[in-house]
Amino acid sequence: MLVDTIAAISTPIGEGGLGIVRISGPRAFSIADKIFSKKVSRLPSHTVHHGYIIDPRSKERIDEVMLSIFKKPKSFTAENMIEITGHGGIVPLKRILEVILFTGARLAEPGEFTKRAFLNERIDLAQAEAVVDIIRAKTEMGLKVALHQLDGELSSRVEGLRRELIHLSAYLEAAIDFPEEDIERLESPQMLLRARKVLREIKELLKGAEGGKVLREGIKTVIIGRPNVGKSSLLNALLKEKRAIVTPIPGTTRDIIEEIINVKGIPLKIIDTAGLTTAAGIVEKESIARTRRSLKAADLVLLVMDAATRLSKEDHRIMEDVRDKKVIVVINKTDLPEVIEVNEIRKILHDKRIIKVSATKKTGLGRLEKFVIDLIFEGGVAPSDRTLVTNIRHKDALERTKKSLKNMVESIKKNMSAEFISLDLKAALDSLGEITGKTVTEDILDEIFSQFCIGK
Amino acid sequence: MRKLEKEYDIIVIGGGHAGCEASLASARMGARALLITSNLDNIAHMSCNPAIGGLGKSHLVREIDALGGEMAKNIDKTGIQFRMLNTKKGPAVQAPRVQADRRDYRISMRRVLEKEKNLDIKQDLVKEIIVKGKKATGIKTQTGIEYKGKAIILATGTFLRGLILMGKVSFPAGRMGEFPADRLSDSLKKIGLKIERLNTCTPPRIEGKTVNFSKLIKQPGDTPPPPLSFSTKEIKTKQIPCYLAFTNDATHKVIKKNLRDSPLITGEAKGLPPRYCPSIEEKIARFPEKKRHQIFIEPEGRDTTEYYVNGFFTGFSEEIQLEALRTMKGLEKVKIAKPGYAIEYDFVSPTQLKPSLETKRIENLFLAGQINGTSGYEEAASQGLMAGINAVLKIQEEEPFILDRSEAYIGVLIDDLVTKGTKEPYRMFTSRAEYRLILRCDNADQRLIRYGHRFGLISDEDYERCQRKYTQIEEEIKRLKKSRARTTKRVNNLLKKLGTDPIKEDTPLAQILKRPEVRYRDLVKIDDEDERKISSEVAQGVEIALKYEGYIKRELDQVERFKRLEKKKIPSDFDYSRLEGLRIESKEKLSSIRPISIGQASRISGVNPSDISLLLIYLKRREFE
Repeated sequence: MLVDTIAAISTPIGEGGLGIVRISGPRAFSIADKIFSKKVSRLPSHTVHHGYIIDPRSKERIDEVMLSIFKKPKSFTAENMIEITGHGGIVPLKRILEVILFTGARLAEPGEFTKRAFLNERIDLAQAEAVVDIIRAKTEMGLKVALHQLDGELSSRVEGLRRELIHLSAYLEAAIDFPEEDIERLESPQMLLRARKVLREIKELLKGAEGGKVLREGIKTVIIGRPNVGKSSLLNALLKEKRAIVTPIPGTTRDIIEEIINVKGIPLKIIDTAGLTTAAGIVEKESIARTRRSLKAADLVLLVMDAATRLSKEDHRIMEDVRDKKVIVVINKTDLPEVIEVNEIRKILHDKRIIKVSATKKTGLGRLEKFVIDLIFEGGVAPSDRTLVTNIRHKDALERTKKSLKNMVESIKKNMSAEFISLDLKAALDSLGEITGKTVTEDILDEIFSQFCIGK
Repeated sequence: MRKLEKEYDIIVIGGGHAGCEASLASARMGARALLITSNLDNIAHMSCNPAIGGLGKSHLVREIDALGGEMAKNIDKTGIQFRMLNTKKGPAVQAPRVQADRRDYRISMRRVLEKEKNLDIKQDLVKEIIVKGKKATGIKTQTGIEYKGKAIILATGTFLRGLILMGKVSFPAGRMGEFPADRLSDSLKKIGLKIERLNTCTPPRIEGKTVNFSKLIKQPGDTPPPPLSFSTKEIKTKQIPCYLAFTNDATHKVIKKNLRDSPLITGEAKGLPPRYCPSIEEKIARFPEKKRHQIFIEPEGRDTTEYYVNGFFTGFSEEIQLEALRTMKGLEKVKIAKPGYAIEYDFVSPTQLKPSLETKRIENLFLAGQINGTSGYEEAASQGLMAGINAVLKIQEEEPFILDRSEAYIGVLIDDLVTKGTKEPYRMFTSRAEYRLILRCDNADQRLIRYGHRFGLISDEDYERCQRKYTQIEEEIKRLKKSRARTTKRVNNLLKKLGTDPIKEDTPLAQILKRPEVRYRDLVKIDDEDERKISSEVAQGVEIALKYEGYIKRELDQVERFKRLEKKKIPSDFDYSRLEGLRIESKEKLSSIRPISIGQASRISGVNPSDISLLLIYLKRREFE
């Protein structure tokens, strides 16, 4: 098991500008050779080098980094190790990890670097208990995160594809194991058609996660509310909390400001409609139309209201407009005496979360961020009808599924006999099973016996 | 209590397919062995289907043969129809299936047992396993005689509290016409083994002279007949055909009308039946859209007109069986010689066994065959052979002999049983094997013969013959990779004739053989220097190795990964209760299964990857301590 080369992001996600990706194992240097702008394997151990990470597929520069080399056994894991320090934040880090995985490493299990260090006798007996604790803690957290990230839609789509593959597998296996039975066979053109359809869907799922597309583009978040409720100060407060990665995008008109802020590693593309209603010369009708347009494209809406004033007609109109969206109601200015009719809001937006903050006094902002993250991970927020594949482990599994299905399609086209087609089909099923956590052999047998009348 | 004068090394209880292989292996390894069975005339009796082999099953039989077992040789001697299945598919999933002369098979096997000088055969019914402390030390029969044995192998098939059911009638029996072993089952419970229940059923046997064969479809055997044993050169006996009949609307009407008569439908029969071998009434009830079902009419032997109605397994009473049979074309006037019946029986949940087939609870007690929840002669014989070898190794204080999932179907079988247990009678399918492309019928000898030879079950001569074969294959592959076909007109004409593209430059012969249209025998013509004599076995080996090189290589890579976890052994005294961080469910499962390796542990259902990580850490820590 220690022959694999593993990789992972080893700094906590979403904190700080710098991040480290580690690679450990026999292929660490050859992988680094393929993705770094310098030939790593020729460089001496325990040295640091400046350069670029380059996607070997597109030759695109991903990030400017510092790369450290540790030759075995003098490294943390006692194996050949590479540490890449990037500074572009979580999105480039994830892309760096992704090209490393593409180039032949496996995603490390929780705590696996520490485990290797231990198994290679880099850590002594006294530290063993601590290692166990680390693995236990990380695994539990990993499980929680995985559960959160596996939103309902993704899991049901993956499960649907898995069922289809099990179905195909049942045809193949029944034809192999029960040649004398009078059962329905699936001819290879149909098999090809159906395998390709699954392959297409896998590709589509992957597209949704392409280079962390979702993450790169950010979750489109609209801050909305009538004038003077404190939208801009809320945005500024959030921006001050989390350093902006990108400053106002050049070329955007003054009336809509786009900012990207990083909330616990997830980029939010904030569309502030602040200037909208106050801009001089714009008639109310036009302003409403614009607000509605930006609402339409929104993945997430922060509806800001003023705690110190009663609900106005305009507040009511905006509440109507956002009813079908993913909304967090932010009641601002809670440092002032509260007069707003919160119960009324609750009645109208009964299924939405409501949170009280003060942008000027900076209270409640942490909870707001937590609400945002929860809503994203619950699957409440998925950008424009595309299933969200943000978990890199899932993406890795989908990539392997794709590879196996491609091989399978090749074997069908070459007219190979069922057992060869099955080899890749089972591999594809194994990879998909890693996402849904299900085993294969019994499922296939169940399918055979429920679908076919076997009984010589 | 009378004591017997003689003490044995190994006592085998049961003379079925597991018992035969177990007692032969023990005796041939030099142990003084006793085979004790309730009816000497029914040694190696095929209680159900008079056939051996088929997908997954032939794979097992070839492995038994490579390890020095008897099943393959015996069926080659007594087979009456030989067919290769899946000839249109690749070599990994081709398998012979052989119809047996039921009586000849029995007689021939008994003769082999009788000739074995270290083996005694006795008829008696065993009622108790004698256990002292936590060790099995002997047996007691119903006549009150005690036999001492250093190790006991239980291979009692369906006999433990067997109960036959036919329609509304039921009565205790081991199988039709024989006594059940009721008291032995109680004895097993008493020594603490967990007993569960399964059921299965068998079809009626009919009188051949009442069948109109001209209305059935004839199924002849293959010429030449494909043998099962590596040592069989050629099968010369004349083959007898099988026949194919079909159910129809009328049959289905009779069955539907009478569904409530069958204990398999009403739930009267306890335990789960095998899903791959359902009764005809279950087939009709579960697949109502199917207009007809195939029924195979298979001869029971050369000297009898009795036929076996394969596919017509049933728990109906005899009248209904007859009424349903007579609706079929060709069977209008059929008479039943022996009615079909359902049988339920006790089995010992196999997770109570070590991979050596020894029980975890009682030392020196081994279990093999249907008692472990399997179904099929081949599955039984495989376990019998392994139990025999392991019982002898045990009393010689040697390490147990355990095959892993990448080495043999036998490994898959036993690993599945002891790691996962079974809910229905367990049958082998090739889809159960992860490494199907390398676990082939044709290379079972390459995979296993060295073990058989090491245990003294394979002669030096057979062993060397096998070595020579594989050396030849290797050399021939090397040669084909080196020598090239020239771009002559003659060669390209030959290629054209085979329906494949001409070569534009001199090309290694191996490259040409990889083309789907080209067979090894075609190379002989292409390669003008080639005048060598290559046996068909070697030719086949070369062809498979080269044609499927890529796929086989991929599977071998997987095997290498698999082996890494199998090689990490867990000490048998490992205390899981002390493992902090393991979930309670995992702790319980691990303590009860007691896996021998990390690999086995990872296959236990409910044990997850983080449990495995923790196990690795603790194992490593143990090394320090």
